[in-house]
Amino acid sequence: MTRYATIPAPETPAPAIDLSSGKYLKLWQGPQHPGITGNMSVELTVCGDEVVEGKTHVGYLHRGFEKLMERRSFIQVFPIVCRVCVPEPDFNEYCYAGVIEELSGIAAPERALWIRTLILEMGRINSYLMYLGGQAGALGLGVVGQWTTYVRDLMLDRFEELTGARIYHMFILPGGVRDGLPDGFDARMEETLREIERTMADVENVMFHNAVFKKRTEGVGVIPVELIDTYGVTGPNARAAGLPNDVRRDQPYLVYRELDFEPVTATASDMYARADVRRRDVLVSVDLIRQILAKMPRSGPLMAKLPNVLHWKIPRGETYVRGECSRGEYGYYAVTDGSGFPRRINVRGPSYTHAMALLEHLIPGTNISDVAALMVSLHTYPPEIER
Amino acid sequence: MRTLIERLQDRFALGPITEQRPDLAFVTVERAVLRPVLTHLRDHEGFTHLVLLTAVDWIEDGLFQLTYLVHDRRHGRDVGLRVLLPRETAEMESIHDLWPTAATYQRELREMFGIAFPGSPRVDEEFILEGWIDIPPYRRDFDTKAFSDAAFVHRPGRVTHDPATHMRERLHPEGTAK
Repeated sequence: MTRYATIPAPETPAPAIDLSSGKYLKLWQGPQHPGITGNMSVELTVCGDEVVEGKTHVGYLHRGFEKLMERRSFIQVFPIVCRVCVPEPDFNEYCYAGVIEELSGIAAPERALWIRTLILEMGRINSYLMYLGGQAGALGLGVVGQWTTYVRDLMLDRFEELTGARIYHMFILPGGVRDGLPDGFDARMEETLREIERTMADVENVMFHNAVFKKRTEGVGVIPVELIDTYGVTGPNARAAGLPNDVRRDQPYLVYRELDFEPVTATASDMYARADVRRRDVLVSVDLIRQILAKMPRSGPLMAKLPNVLHWKIPRGETYVRGECSRGEYGYYAVTDGSGFPRRINVRGPSYTHAMALLEHLIPGTNISDVAALMVSLHTYPPEIER
Repeated sequence: MRTLIERLQDRFALGPITEQRPDLAFVTVERAVLRPVLTHLRDHEGFTHLVLLTAVDWIEDGLFQLTYLVHDRRHGRDVGLRVLLPRETAEMESIHDLWPTAATYQRELREMFGIAFPGSPRVDEEFILEGWIDIPPYRRDFDTKAFSDAAFVHRPGRVTHDPATHMRERLHPEGTAK
């Protein structure tokens, strides 16, 4: 295929960096560093201000979730999956519910599918708001983070009244969802959405029309379009390169088939384009929430009938369920063996490829001061890497 | 999906096939056939996206299952290739030259399952675990409780009670009920 970049053969390794020459310096960015995206670190080799090599190190947050899941019954796994990803936990619940329902032949009721979609879009907005604050903060625009944290908090209030929890909702369980919308939810959500729109207009003015932000981000950290598939790039990182890859549209799940939207794309594929795609995606999600609230059924069952969860056995099988989270393709691969416990559950988070191979590929040649902003611009969450 | 499977069958020797969904099929292949099938799927069938590479431990059969999941964006479909390896001498050819991201997956599998991928970049470097001394922890025969008992010092003051005895003593301290 012509879209593939030439990859160096394994027998021609990169020239070794001679640290004893006095020309290079090792510099650790992270794990305790404000410019790192969570619990990871990047081992930089620098020559003056220029970075010549970067290696990602993870393992600071390994909690062995996949092993833990193998020792728990199917219903006991449900409350721990959301802990895999803090800023956008609902995708884990959706994907886990998806694989379990498929392997056990259960279909969630339609009203539950609408509420699931609503929750996933609310979570997407929250995740983007957190990202925008981080991206601006990495380049010295501290005020944007304060504004986005404010509106994110309003959305957390909506989560709290809908699910009873602000961060880990434990709401989408195999078979359906735990509850319907509370009284007056639509009006309060509309208020929140308007506040988000007002704030996003301010963010656009202060961040995206800012000369310093543009100068620091335009043309920096470019992902060539040929590398999108070779490096497993998904989500806004791929859409900023001009590819309209969006699981919500390409393989519609839940009720996305009934919603009207177009994937947001850009062409420059640099840090600015990626930030802009995410900013515009917030507005798409705001519109999707309005569509969902206007179209969703207001009555009907919320849960399918489940077997006795204490003795729930699932026949031998395997499957993969994916969705489009704020960072790209999120998926669960599950294998069952007929017993009451999963044989294997593998979490596929987009950061696994973005923060490891892709980041290490993009770092050489950048300036030390751009590394933090580059990492943030890939929107990575380390817990997805080490689970 | 059916026609794709038929085309693959014409070209390669395939093992058992599971059509899980209209857009998802799992196919078992021999170890030697994996690379040609993957290359064919990538270059001629549009499966350009390596979604994941992971392992399943079938300890009772003495086998590891490697699952290579690839995705065709244009038609919105996935194929999972299963390769079964003997558990005791688990070794597999690296595919990092097909997809550079495979090196990360292979490094993790080397550490967590002890499956060797000779030639894969930095495959022997520590990935998540630091100074690991036991058997690879995602193998089914790794006993987390025994490892934790041996490796960590428990805080004093923690006592484990037998629930039945404990409740009987709490409810009937004089020992009137049996």
